[in-house]
Amino acid sequence: MSSPIHDPIAPPIPDVATTVKTTTCYMCACRCGIKVHLRDGEVRYIEGNPDHPLNKGVICAKGGSGIMKQYSPARLTKPLRRKPGTERGANQFEEISWDETFDILEKRLSHLRATDPKKFALFTGRDQMQALTGLFARQFGTPNYAAHGGFCSVNMAAGMIYTIGGSFWEFGGPDLERARVFYMIGTAEDHHSNPLKSAIGEFKRNGGRFVAINPVRSGYAAIADEWIPIKPGTDGALILAIIREIIALGLYDREFLARYTNSGQLVNQDQSSQDFGMFVRDPAGDVINPLRPHNFMWWDRHSDRAVADHAKGADPRLQGEYILPDGTPVKPAFQLLKERVADCTPEWAADITGIPADTIKRIAHEMGITARDQKIELPIPWTDWWGEEHETVTGNPVAFHSMRGLAAHSNGFQSIRALAILMSLLGTIDRPGGFRHKAPYPRAIPPNARPSKGPEAVQPNTPLGGAPLGWAETPDDLFVDADGQPVRIDKGFSWEHPLSAHGLMHNVITNAWRGDPYPIDTLLLFMANMAWNSSMNTAQVRDMLTDKNADGGYKIPFIVVCDAFQSETTAFADLILPDTTYLERNDCMSMLDRPISEFDGPVDAVRVPIVAPKGECKPFQEVLVELAGRLKLPAFTTAEGGRKFSGYKDFVINYETAPGSGIGFLTGWRGKDGDQAMRGEPNPKQWEMYEKNGCFFQYHLPPSSQYMRNWNKEYMEWSQQAGLRRDNDPIIIHIYSELLQGFRLAAQGKRPGKQPPDELRERVATYFDPLPFWYAPLEDEQSDLKKYPLNALTQRPMAMYHSWDSQNVWLRQIHTYNYLYVNSATAAAAGIADGGWMWVESQWGKVRCLCRYSEAVEPGTVWTWNAIGKSSGAWNLSKDANESQQGFLLNHLISEELRGQRQGTHISNSDPITGQAAWYDVRVRIYPAEAGEAEHSYPQFESMQPVPGMEPAKQGWLAWFAGKGKNK
Amino acid sequence: MRPAFSVLFLTTLIGAGQGLFITLFFCELLAGATLGSGFFVGGAVLVLVFSSLGGISSVFHLGHPERAWRAMTMWRTSWLAREGIALPAFMAAVFAYGLAHWLNLGHTLAIGTVGVVLAIVLFVCTGMIYGAIKVLKEWAHPLTIVNFIVLGCASGTTLAAAYASFTGPVLAGSLAQAALSLTVLGVLTRAASLWRNATLRPVSTLQTAIGIRHPRIVQKSQGAMGGSYNTREFFHGKSPAFVRGVLLTMLLGAFVLPLLLVLSLPLLAFIVQYLGLLAERWYFFAEAQHPQNLYYQTVG
Amino acid sequence: MTQLALVIDLNVCVGCHACVTNCKQWNTSGAAGALVDCNPYEAEPNGTFFNRVQTFEVGSFPNTETVHFPKSCLHCEDPACVPVCPTGASYKRKEDGIVLVDYDKCIGCKYCSWACPYGVREFDEQRKVMTKCTLCVDRIYDESLPEERRKPSCVLACPPGARLFGDVHDPDSEVSVAIRERGGYQLMPEAGTNPANHYLPRRKTVIPVRAEELYRSDNPHKIDGAPFDKNLPPTTEELN
Repeated sequence: MSSPIHDPIAPPIPDVATTVKTTTCYMCACRCGIKVHLRDGEVRYIEGNPDHPLNKGVICAKGGSGIMKQYSPARLTKPLRRKPGTERGANQFEEISWDETFDILEKRLSHLRATDPKKFALFTGRDQMQALTGLFARQFGTPNYAAHGGFCSVNMAAGMIYTIGGSFWEFGGPDLERARVFYMIGTAEDHHSNPLKSAIGEFKRNGGRFVAINPVRSGYAAIADEWIPIKPGTDGALILAIIREIIALGLYDREFLARYTNSGQLVNQDQSSQDFGMFVRDPAGDVINPLRPHNFMWWDRHSDRAVADHAKGADPRLQGEYILPDGTPVKPAFQLLKERVADCTPEWAADITGIPADTIKRIAHEMGITARDQKIELPIPWTDWWGEEHETVTGNPVAFHSMRGLAAHSNGFQSIRALAILMSLLGTIDRPGGFRHKAPYPRAIPPNARPSKGPEAVQPNTPLGGAPLGWAETPDDLFVDADGQPVRIDKGFSWEHPLSAHGLMHNVITNAWRGDPYPIDTLLLFMANMAWNSSMNTAQVRDMLTDKNADGGYKIPFIVVCDAFQSETTAFADLILPDTTYLERNDCMSMLDRPISEFDGPVDAVRVPIVAPKGECKPFQEVLVELAGRLKLPAFTTAEGGRKFSGYKDFVINYETAPGSGIGFLTGWRGKDGDQAMRGEPNPKQWEMYEKNGCFFQYHLPPSSQYMRNWNKEYMEWSQQAGLRRDNDPIIIHIYSELLQGFRLAAQGKRPGKQPPDELRERVATYFDPLPFWYAPLEDEQSDLKKYPLNALTQRPMAMYHSWDSQNVWLRQIHTYNYLYVNSATAAAAGIADGGWMWVESQWGKVRCLCRYSEAVEPGTVWTWNAIGKSSGAWNLSKDANESQQGFLLNHLISEELRGQRQGTHISNSDPITGQAAWYDVRVRIYPAEAGEAEHSYPQFESMQPVPGMEPAKQGWLAWFAGKGKNK
Repeated sequence: MRPAFSVLFLTTLIGAGQGLFITLFFCELLAGATLGSGFFVGGAVLVLVFSSLGGISSVFHLGHPERAWRAMTMWRTSWLAREGIALPAFMAAVFAYGLAHWLNLGHTLAIGTVGVVLAIVLFVCTGMIYGAIKVLKEWAHPLTIVNFIVLGCASGTTLAAAYASFTGPVLAGSLAQAALSLTVLGVLTRAASLWRNATLRPVSTLQTAIGIRHPRIVQKSQGAMGGSYNTREFFHGKSPAFVRGVLLTMLLGAFVLPLLLVLSLPLLAFIVQYLGLLAERWYFFAEAQHPQNLYYQTVG
Repeated sequence: MTQLALVIDLNVCVGCHACVTNCKQWNTSGAAGALVDCNPYEAEPNGTFFNRVQTFEVGSFPNTETVHFPKSCLHCEDPACVPVCPTGASYKRKEDGIVLVDYDKCIGCKYCSWACPYGVREFDEQRKVMTKCTLCVDRIYDESLPEERRKPSCVLACPPGARLFGDVHDPDSEVSVAIRERGGYQLMPEAGTNPANHYLPRRKTVIPVRAEELYRSDNPHKIDGAPFDKNLPPTTEELN
């Protein structure tokens, strides 16, 4: 054999050096550390940063395709204004300068701010800068601000935070390094994507047992040791049955429950009392924190009398009923839980979930016995909040993870509370092998930020009198007027959805269009595809965006869209602001927002520009800082009335949560010389120091502060000093939620203070149950289940999770269009062929799509990959691209509203507690498309054209070779 | 396999040329005296025309025809390289043979013998290109070479009969008889391979392909939805009805019609048979089930 | 003699396609590039990839396994693709067993891809040459990279660690140990190609629970009172 001519090792472009820069990925919400290789100024390679604590060098399919996002022809490059004389939605734009753009915005917004600030609404999608956007909205004075959490997974955040003071993803997660068995419920891919993949891989290699409970076996569930198919929306019933079995067999961790949860706290059982269902309080007891009194009572089993909780030497009774000296009948919270689940037998749950009762018992026994018998003892001494010293840290190696499968149902909050309670019964909260928190969690239950309390919080030319979003603790925290009616456009924190911690972005357009509760003037959308995959009832929402009043004006008068790419939504803008990509900007994953902390301590991170912004693209952060300066928002303005910050970088360095607080957006390298962590004076070199350290800052807690952080004295004192928490009182797990009972009592008219409107009293009283319970999803009541017998689900594939990259040449080859996956037997019974065209129909709409048989989906469920279907011509794809011709959105089948109680009224199709969009409640039927029907998906929409400033999409072929231009 | 048209033309054209040359040689051997040298010169030209057309056609199969010369370097291992050598060698022999006849240089039988050997070597090389691919069980069998030889000879003899009907009528009848016999032989050998292929049990299965021993395995995604080289090259992509149509065309065109026509209308017989053999070669590709297709069954 | 290879652990592959695009991004701008993408923004986009992840369903509901199956050149020890190549463009390196294509010798006859039973060679429609996995030969010997990063791009990317890389002829290498201890197997052994790449099968972990384990003498109901179900099995000490 002669030697090769083509040297397979030689550098492909001799003499051109490759430079490497470090930053943070943003192809999804996972936020891995990356190293970007540049050759001749072009991106040659993006690899995982091996030194980064989050991804430790790995990277996913999206991260590896960042190049094709950077050079996508769907990039918007110029500020655009809807062409005068053209209709909104016609996608006709003209270029304008940034000066003109800012003038338009300044004029319009300053007028709104001076007259009625709530007429400006700012809603953001898949962004990671809520600390800044939220600050801007609050300073502007509008209550109408939220990110996409309301239609994403607020139930998961709220259900767990209201129970254990923390949640999954960046807030906390399963300790798979030490767990022996791992239950993943309703999760296919996760937003904590790469670390979870790595952890599961390691866990399985080490012989851990992985059980997936999901209607569909996809994503992570593929490699589970056991797949337990479940009917959608029934997880709560399963968990309650497991809880019953664990309690019945005595497999709960009694010691943990007694000391660290409210299981032993005595609950008032006097039906005639205004305090029925509330914890009895010891007037002589230590309140610990006057804002959140802790003077609870136990029934001590040694002295057989009521004592202050955590009294020295006392051990609470968890079961039984007792009479206090004043004659009040009481029961420990655990007794009430036990009574609640008494009828939740495995047989009862089997009928609801479709899981055989024996299987339910088996997994309950498996988790209970593993927790009991495989205890982990780490030789780490620590001291609990009450001063008791512990020689070791104990853990029960049973871990859980859960996500939208539980969350995106109208019964999600209570199901998730049940899950958090199960995890607590097994003694697995912030312990090795179980669930562990990540800073800034754990936080108080609920965290201290409260929503604004009433219409008086909204005043012209004044910052909002409270936060636009927060955590309601009592009915008085609700953001309602004197009649109990909502102040927010999305009706967040109203009696319809009192604990809507993330807002209800999914109802903003509909509410604004209807003028219910009031019309608005300007809607600013950032990185949210609300005219497509991010809205339920997509077709009608698109119509609302162009609908006009009798006077000819648009019902939503002015729409501003900021995005880096042309999407279905940009067509509906009056003004388009071209954002940069993640490789072109400064950004931070702030401790004030959703940082990337690890179990063993806080971590935050930054992005720095790797390449220059394309065209006239401007980071949205800079737009906000500039606008805030022009509008003279107080936090952005000096005492003399001048502009306080020259730009976003300057803002991040110098902004403090309060003057002199030493707390800012970033926790690393604070203090003048950058020698302080967590807290300290602004450091002018902070960005450079982050850059030098691979763009992240990691703080390692000492081992004695790494566990039991709800009750760990050392940690709590540190976290208060570090500014992660306001107080340092213990975070007792809410097995029984007195908070929810408070809302129920208000609804029953038994409490003073804010009262729900009469038509909502029963709703609030029903769902604000202090103990978890299962109820059928609300849409079932309004559905003909005989006609629409199936559930329909959407999920994101791993290669597109949180990235929406149909404009990405490499990723779109993996998912070019989508099929509806139907259980083979179900499809065959309906007469639908594998690969054939079919209809899927709900009471709200119908879709024609392609069918794919599957054995990996339970027979009562159909599902598809979400957001693969695109509108024709959008994202600069050709008009006949598969995404629009064969791809489809299930959203057309899902309504954002249900019928209200009174004729002609509407109520959000959401969880009645949190306002989480109930995407997964929809009921459908399926039937084959008829011969001769058009062979493309339905519905179709008019094709979009590129807008000025967009590059023409390369036709025919593309061969990316960095350093030689796009086409070698 | 997806029939590669340049290869279809290559193998049928040079096959006819090789068959014609072998026939010419035997004409000279058995009845050389009765024929003028013009018959052989013309015949050799005809062989060269067919071989050249075949060679030209093969170029269209290559991504880099300018590097085609490299295709001779690996003759120790590659039947394709050997074919790349055998074809020009055969054409050179044919040229020499024609030249010797034209210029009356003598040694024509000796040169012819070399040519015949090279024709057969070329048949073997061509056949072995397919026969040597072990994973294609339909091809990896001696019948592949036998069919290339028999069908090439049948086609070449029919061409010879047609040629003789214009230039050497004395032999036309016998050549037609020979063509008839070879075509009948072709029916037998091709039928044998058809029967073998139809009853062939695939050695590789989805179970061996992914290494999972379970009776029910169904692909749900092949990893890309817009197709790939693997979905284009290894499957004909035609409906079963179309494939049956090709088979019928092959049976009628390559065998039945030529048998009916060769005695009376040998030129027509050749043309029909040539088209039939194109169908035969198409079918030869189509019936080869490449095991890689196990990995490319479902888009999802 | 060294034989470099990948070992793919189906036990932990979640089908995320990280290996697919990270292979593409490294190689399109590397010594093996550029790898074309046809119809990049039009209907039926398709392109040259050295590595694909496929999905299979094994079994019937509810006993279904969803198997994600990454597939790239297996770097066979007896590669069918190499001897058939008429030009020598397809070759197997003596020093490390990597099967490569010399893009400057390849005439684009596709014959090698016919001989390969695995469908892992892809003809580049733009450059008109055959392409395939190079095991990132332009990374793994690059001394300007830190030693632990001298691995194929797919291996470095793989989040669950389902891709191992090393010398399968070295009995002590990570890959050899994995093959030996975790049931590593070759694809289509009947093809006689002796692939260097191996696959590790799914493994099931079960926690058997015996009835007598359910109730122990330290059962908290002894403190807390009666469970719902009075018919709990007696504890061992109660039996004695």
